[in-house]
Amino acid sequence: MQMDFIVDKQTKTVSITKEFEYNLSLVWAAFTKPELLDQWWAPKPWTSRTKVMDFKVGGRRFYAMVSPEGNERWAVQKYTSITPKTNFKFFNAFADKDENPELPGSDWDLNFSEQDGTTRVSISIYNESLERLERMIELGFVEGAKAQLKNLEELLAKLLQ
Amino acid sequence: MRRDVFQAIADPTRRGIIALLALQAMTPNALAEHFHTTRQAVSKHLRILTECELVKQEHQGREIYYQLEIEKMKEIDKWLEQYRKIWETRFTQLDDVLATIKKQKDEK
Repeated sequence: MQMDFIVDKQTKTVSITKEFEYNLSLVWAAFTKPELLDQWWAPKPWTSRTKVMDFKVGGRRFYAMVSPEGNERWAVQKYTSITPKTNFKFFNAFADKDENPELPGSDWDLNFSEQDGTTRVSISIYNESLERLERMIELGFVEGAKAQLKNLEELLAKLLQ
Repeated sequence: MRRDVFQAIADPTRRGIIALLALQAMTPNALAEHFHTTRQAVSKHLRILTECELVKQEHQGREIYYQLEIEKMKEIDKWLEQYRKIWETRFTQLDDVLATIKKQKDEK
């Protein structure tokens, strides 16, 4: 199914919407259970490795995106709001392996709804600093332009965590 | 020595330097005035950024100006296209996972 992907520089938000032909319970589980998240969160050949996940308000997911060479890019997602099978929000920040966050981070808002067995997922990612987003994008391009595909992948992985 | 671009942007002072150089080319002295640090410290950051090929030096008379090695804004769109593709990949993988767990449930 078609995916919508919109970048709004005015509101500093990236919005992604996608429908899945599965019921809400299944899709919600895939987003909220670490053993399922780790199966799809990292685009291949990267893998996702969740070290800690406590899905409740005030809890967090501390995980790494792992490159085929074994390089780890850590991030921590702190849950700020959860409405079961409807919505959850978290604050995302890159981190070192000891879980020290690198600020500023981004606010994620994920909405789920079901109609006729199809589940719609709408994700909005708000960056408190658009400059940060743009800088990361620019840096990503510099690497890409130099055909450093490997580094670009690392950067993308870091960005999309 | 080859450096990792993440190293370049991991440090707040270096991020500040990149932000300033995004506006205009500057000398190390002019940059140092913006930070609570020594000129030597700024020079060290500039060396790392140079090694990462994120900045380059330009001699103007006796002064050395540093400028950002960054392409024009339109190129951001190319990057965003790649970001979008990554999300597509991710969701394709999610579709596969959903299909697998649904099958497992149906078989039970």
